[in-house]
Amino acid sequence: MNRNSFLRSSTFRLALLYVALFSASVLLLFAFIYWSTARYTAEQTDGAIIAEIRTLAERYETRGLPGLRRLISDRVERQRPTGKSIYLLSDTRQRTIVGNIDRWPQVDEVDGWLNFELETGGTRRGVHPARARQFQLVGGYRLLVGQDVNELKRVRLRIISSLGWGLLLTLALGLLGGMVMSRRMLHRLESINDTSQKIMDGDLGRRVPSRGSGDEFDQLADNLNRMLDQTESLMEGIRRVSDNIAHDLKTPLSRLRQRLEALSRHYSDDSIPKADLEAALQETDHLLDTFNALLKIARIESGPLRSDMQTVNLSTLAADVVELYEPLAEDKRQRLTFQSRSDPTVSGDRDMLFQAFANLIDNAIKYTPVGGIISVHCTSHDISTEFAVTDSGPGIPAEKREKVFQRFYRLDESRSTTGNGLGLSLVQAVASLHGATVSLTDAEPGLTVRFILPHPKDGALPKPVQSGPNASP
Amino acid sequence: MMRILLVEDDRDTARHVGNGLMEAGHIVDHADNGDVGLALAQTEPYDVLIIDRMLPGCDGTAIVERLRQSENFTPILILSALGDVADRVSGLRAGGDDYLPKPFAFEELLARLDALVRRGDRSHTETQLQVADLEMDVLARQVKRAGKIIALQPREFRLLEYLIRHSGQVVTRTMLLENVWDYHFDPQTNVIDVHISRLRSKIDRGFSHTLLNTVRGSGYILREPE
Repeated sequence: MNRNSFLRSSTFRLALLYVALFSASVLLLFAFIYWSTARYTAEQTDGAIIAEIRTLAERYETRGLPGLRRLISDRVERQRPTGKSIYLLSDTRQRTIVGNIDRWPQVDEVDGWLNFELETGGTRRGVHPARARQFQLVGGYRLLVGQDVNELKRVRLRIISSLGWGLLLTLALGLLGGMVMSRRMLHRLESINDTSQKIMDGDLGRRVPSRGSGDEFDQLADNLNRMLDQTESLMEGIRRVSDNIAHDLKTPLSRLRQRLEALSRHYSDDSIPKADLEAALQETDHLLDTFNALLKIARIESGPLRSDMQTVNLSTLAADVVELYEPLAEDKRQRLTFQSRSDPTVSGDRDMLFQAFANLIDNAIKYTPVGGIISVHCTSHDISTEFAVTDSGPGIPAEKREKVFQRFYRLDESRSTTGNGLGLSLVQAVASLHGATVSLTDAEPGLTVRFILPHPKDGALPKPVQSGPNASP
Repeated sequence: MMRILLVEDDRDTARHVGNGLMEAGHIVDHADNGDVGLALAQTEPYDVLIIDRMLPGCDGTAIVERLRQSENFTPILILSALGDVADRVSGLRAGGDDYLPKPFAFEELLARLDALVRRGDRSHTETQLQVADLEMDVLARQVKRAGKIIALQPREFRLLEYLIRHSGQVVTRTMLLENVWDYHFDPQTNVIDVHISRLRSKIDRGFSHTLLNTVRGSGYILREPE
């Protein structure tokens, strides 16, 4: 599992989405905590200020101005330097009578409250926010009672920063958890994927591992395994049926052939026309050939025959096929050429590949008119090796190119030539056995058939052999 | 004349093969199951064994394995109803010398038996070969007929070498494909015929006696003219 596929995996994306949602809700919760804490502390301050005003107002009513003055100066004196209460009592002409700030703050009143900046001296030098309330006393005196709320501001900042760190931690933990979770899920999915790939590669007996914990992955694995069992038994059934057909039909056909042979041996005189007997034998052979080809295709398609895979030098193999068919082409005065660029080595069944290439060249010779040109190429690319046959024949119309791979399909124009209509089906079967593809393209004029063998993905392809004698396996 | 053991459970095939072989002048013993077949093969001296792959009792491949284990190296031809590459490989791996998928032309069987039995006495290491006035020097890669050098392509040379080494025997097209070209496949066209006629034009043209003859319905034979 590489990094990219991990980041693109749907489990990781799901985890990411979950982390985002979770963080959003944590943020909301934190915002609420902050808001209610801030409100509570503000209410506390406001309550204290209002209570103090009430106390001072009562003192004024009972003891008059001197009593109030004494109380205020008492409070100011008793207040430690770090104290935060603010008092200011002034007369009708705005002159200070008593208090611990110099002048009346020059701000407008909002809902009966004054919020202003307070310049402080002493140990707590600086500009502090303050909050105060003013009160008009009988007799024209004005009283200001307030508090330095710098502490409050600092507490709020502290709360915000703790909540911020908390949010970061939540995000980090969420991401980590999401990654761990999706990795675990991916791991199990990968094991299912791996198994499917191996089964597609031919290891039909393989099954998806189950942990035995009975979770949904185990259920999925169990279901897949049951499905695979069914598929395998169906395939086994098909194979058995075709083997049975092979046996049941081939045996009487063989006997028919044997009897015809015996007849021609025993009646060497002319009591049975020899030509008729031979024609009958030929027909039987043709029937058997078709039957064999059909069975061969069925067997290749129904199951992997990986046991006979070996290292094959494709160039040597192609050269052998061309050499075998050269005289046939020469008899039709066709020019059969072979070119091999590079020395491609593939893993395959050499007899099957030979059969496929032979069928392709045989077809080309058959359908190319006298005097035509057939060129065979063998080229190695980065990811595949290609065996291509190009002829100067009539080609195949685009709409029929798919159909020619079907069993017994024959183009109308080719009905007059010999063959059973299974040649290309067999090529196709051999190709899929090797994971190869067969493509037909217009060579204008003529036809190009390409047999493209992909290189193994893991790069386990054996290096091409340098010297000649070792080249052919 | 050969002494042949035929291990085959299908009665019709057994009768057909047995009669054919006897008509060709051979002595044939027949076993219709694997156990009897194995017992006969172990006690009687045969020139060649024909063993069917699927048998009641001891399986065909098992017989071959058992015989080879007990150092019995009688040539063995394996018959099989399933003419499949994998079957051929497993049959030959077990120790069989040749493999023939059913159904087969009787001549094919006869030719292959002939080649199997004679393989023992005609040495493959011989490098000077001769049939009538046709001479071949395998090492010098030279072929002469009546003293005149004949130029051959490498494949033609190998084809002729195989024919000369099996001179006097019928060789079939499949035998040539398997032994000269070393591929097992079913050609859609009789490509071998074209190669043979080409070779024939090189070695027989201009001579009063033809050495390379076609045997109708079975294959070819290279032999001295009578």
